[in-house]
Formats: sequence, C-alpha cells, structure tokens
Amino acid sequence: MDIPILAAVDSGDTAWMLAATALVLLMTPALGLFYAGLVRAKNTLNTFMMCLAAVSVATVTWAAVGYSFAFDEGNGFIGGFGYAFLHGVTFEPRAGSTIPHLLFMAFQATFCIITVALVSGAVVERMRFSAFLVFAALWSVLVYAVLAHWAFGPGWLLHHGTLDFAGGVPVEMGSGFSALAAAIVVGARKDYGRQALLPHNAVYVLLGAGLLWFGWFGFNGGSGFSTGNSSVLAFTNTLLCPACTLVVWFALDAIRDRQVTAIGAATAIIVGCVLITPAGGFISPGWAMALGALGAVPSYTVLVWRPRTKVDETLDVLAAHGVAGLTGILFTGFFAQMAWNGVSDGLVYGDAGQLGWQVLAALAAPAYAFTVTFVLLRAIALVMPLRSTEREEAVGMDVVHHGEEAYATGEGAILVTPEAGLEAEVPLANPT
Amino acid sequence: MSVKLVIAIVRPEKANDVLEALYRAEVRGLSISRVQGHGGELDRVETYRGTTVKVGLADKVRFEIAVSEAFVEPTIAALCRGGQTGEVGDGKIFVVPLDRVIRIRTGETDHGAVTPVET
Repeated sequence: MDIPILAAVDSGDTAWMLAATALVLLMTPALGLFYAGLVRAKNTLNTFMMCLAAVSVATVTWAAVGYSFAFDEGNGFIGGFGYAFLHGVTFEPRAGSTIPHLLFMAFQATFCIITVALVSGAVVERMRFSAFLVFAALWSVLVYAVLAHWAFGPGWLLHHGTLDFAGGVPVEMGSGFSALAAAIVVGARKDYGRQALLPHNAVYVLLGAGLLWFGWFGFNGGSGFSTGNSSVLAFTNTLLCPACTLVVWFALDAIRDRQVTAIGAATAIIVGCVLITPAGGFISPGWAMALGALGAVPSYTVLVWRPRTKVDETLDVLAAHGVAGLTGILFTGFFAQMAWNGVSDGLVYGDAGQLGWQVLAALAAPAYAFTVTFVLLRAIALVMPLRSTEREEAVGMDVVHHGEEAYATGEGAILVTPEAGLEAEVPLANPT
Repeated sequence: MSVKLVIAIVRPEKANDVLEALYRAEVRGLSISRVQGHGGELDRVETYRGTTVKVGLADKVRFEIAVSEAFVEPTIAALCRGGQTGEVGDGKIFVVPLDRVIRIRTGETDHGAVTPVET
C-alpha cells in the first residue's frame, strides 16, 4: 500500500462515482434477465430471483463484515474487523482517493452483489432457493471479500503490483472458477445430456446483455474512482473491446455453423466486457481492440467444449467470466503501457516482472475460488439438501420454490377468498 | 383391417420419454398438442401480491396417434413405459375407432394411410 495521501473530496469525482454505483447495481437485474432468458420457461422466476437474492444477501453481509474483510488493513490475506458494520466509514475520503469513504463502500458493494449473482448461473434449474441464500451469504464473505482484499484492498496481490483494474481477480475469475466447483458439487440437472435444454427467450438474453454492457461503463469507468485519465481510458476501452469480440464471435459462429447466432452475440458482449475488466485503465485503446478480438477465442473454445463434458455448468460462467478474466489478467501483463496508465509497463514495454505477478494472480485466484467454494458447498450440504428432488425439477423451480409462474394465464385458477379459505369446494372433478 | 385413434394425455416433462418409447416401438405418425386438464392431482396454491389462487388445471401434452389394429397394443405399451412416474397425474390413454383415414398426398385410405412410407 502506498503512503496514504489525505486529499479533499472532489465534487466532480463524487458525482461520477454516484452515477457509476447506480450503473453497476443495474447490472445485477440485467444479469437476471440475461440468465432468465437462457433457462426453460418453468425456471424463469427462480433464475431471476437468484440475482435478486444476491442483491439482498450480499448487501447485508457486505455492510456487516464483507467490506471490512476486503478493505480493512488486516494482513495480506484478509482484512480485519476495523470497518465491521461500517464502523468509521464516513464522508471523509478513503486514503488516496477523492470520494467519500461511504460512497467507495457502496460502489464496492455493487461488485460483491454482481459476483454472487454470477455464480448462480452454474446451479440454476435445480438448486434449492433456501440453500442458495445460505451459500450466497457465506460465499460473499469467504470468497469474494478475500479475493477483493488481495486485488483491491491492501492485500498481497496489490502490494506486489498485480494489475487488476476493475476485478479480473475477485469478480471474473472469482465467479468463474467458483461456478465450476458449484456445478460439480451440486451436480447436473436430471435431464442434462439426455434432452435438449434450450433457452426459452432469446430476446431477454439480448436485452440483458445490452443492459449489462451499459452498466459495465460504470463498472470499468468507475474503477478509477475519479474522472481522471484512467477512468476515461477504461470507459472508452469498454466500448472498443467488446465491439471487437462481437466481430470475431460473428466470424467464429459463421465458420462453425455457417450462421451468426443472436445468443452467441449476447455472449460475446459479456465476454468482451469481461476481457477488458482487468485491463481497462492499463492498456491503450489499440491493445484493447486486440484483446477483444484475440480474447474471444479461448472463451469460445471452452463454451463449445464444455457441454460435451459431464459438468453441467449450466450458463457457462467459467467460459464467459473465468476464462475471459484470466485472459484479460495475462494480457495486461504483456501490454500494460506506462505511457497510457502512468503506473506500470508490461512485458512488451520492458517489464517482464509485471507478467510474473499477473501469472501468479491467474493461478492463485482460481485455485482459491475453486477450493473454498467446493468445501463450502460440501459443508452446507451436511446441514441442508442443496438441490430439489427430480420430481420438483420436472415441475419447475418457479412453482416449487416461489408458488408463481412467469407466464401465468389464470386459466383454471380459482380465487381463494379469506372467507372461504383454501378448503373451498373446487368446481371441478374432485375425486376422493 | 380396422384403424384406431390412440389419444394419450401425459405429463409435459415426460413427453420426450414418450416420444422416445414410441420411436423404439416403431410408431412413427403422431401429432402432439399442449393442453390443460384436471385429474386427481392436488391443486397447487399460487400467490401474486394480495391475490391467492388455487390452480386446478395442470399442463399436459396430448398425443394423437392413428394406428392399424396390430399396432394398438405396442403403442399403448410404449405410452405407459414412457409416461409413467407412479404419482397421481400421469394421465390417461383413450382408444377410439376411426371411420376412415385418408392420406392427403396420395389418397390412400385406412391401413395404407397409417402405414409409414418406406424410405
């Protein structure tokens, strides 16, 4: 950690960060829409609700201890209890920044929320909602807060100079490799590999991806915590990089199947945004475009390969976030450029050591995320069942866990009035 | 030879298993439609804000299969094999006689009309 320089609150920086925080929060309902479109109609609401569960649970755990574990001094591995229950988080700027500490906390909270929501993509259509709530609460503290401490807080990766602009370590690799562990522990859906399990609404998927991209301007553009050059660079790279991923994705789709697909395009937007997340404020616009184009290939490859395996990592969080985040972290180690970022050069610009620290992050974060998620879910499974029965899976999570349907018609629905109660005679065949 | 119409109402989540069982039984000509119905199942309760409802109709898939006499029993066996879970709500099979069957393309009738085209 650098020597703290206590600066005054800057009104311009604060104004932007207020807006950026709201933009990042929007990404979680957008992810809900994206995920809901990718599942079958009978699981629409449950899938969306997992994202809202993340908003609720992760906000509470973040305010309680998550923020403190991530951003309090503590040791290199995890922060202490100094900011527990937001103790001492006030209008004074955090050391080295020009925005109120309280706003910094809120901005970081939205990152924790979206990361928890991302992991749900691995277990939708069969995990019990109550088990997910417990998992979300514990995971947000034990995995997210720790990884955020390493990369953003005063943790060991930041200390050694690993470059991670907006969350390649905690958000992207953290969610992607945890998703793999979650899919393995929870197990495949009963119909996986036996029936075609298709997205039920591609328009939700496209709209969700579009709103995610929109929110990502706050996510990356806000990660400079100012209106300075690094924020402007990250913001602009968030336009350039995903656009190049889209172009290459179109080509890859066309080569594989002779047709450019809409759900492929939506996926490409996410992959492009993830690629630029760790690199945003560190590489030139030209290299951002190269990253978008080249980085499409590893994620595309994993995305095509994964469904041929027995691992039902349902919405491919590993391919879209884990692999793309890892690609972005490594790419930063090669092409970071002092002339653009004012911080550090990568291998290509003369600092081979930088690449070393990027490689270390790309090994440590996946290993930690995978291992702790694996053990955590096994531990929760000792206390409560993680997944619904086959019968419930067949009926669908919406009716089973929420008593609602996404596309209720009202046909055959009999109004239950408080006077008559549930025992009222149903005017239909009612065999004993 | 007489021709029968086999109508089966099955669970939507078992429709794929039924299709597979019919395919294995070499029953090739069929139509399906989504229907809603009520058997002996328990009604499920849903709540939307202040409104609570009992939903008495369950989603089902209806198969209609016209077969010649010799295929009736294999078709019924396949429908049972594919559609059964053992829980209330597995559905019903109805077998009804058909007066006439005509294949529109060729004008073939009855047995000829329900026999799959050799390819």
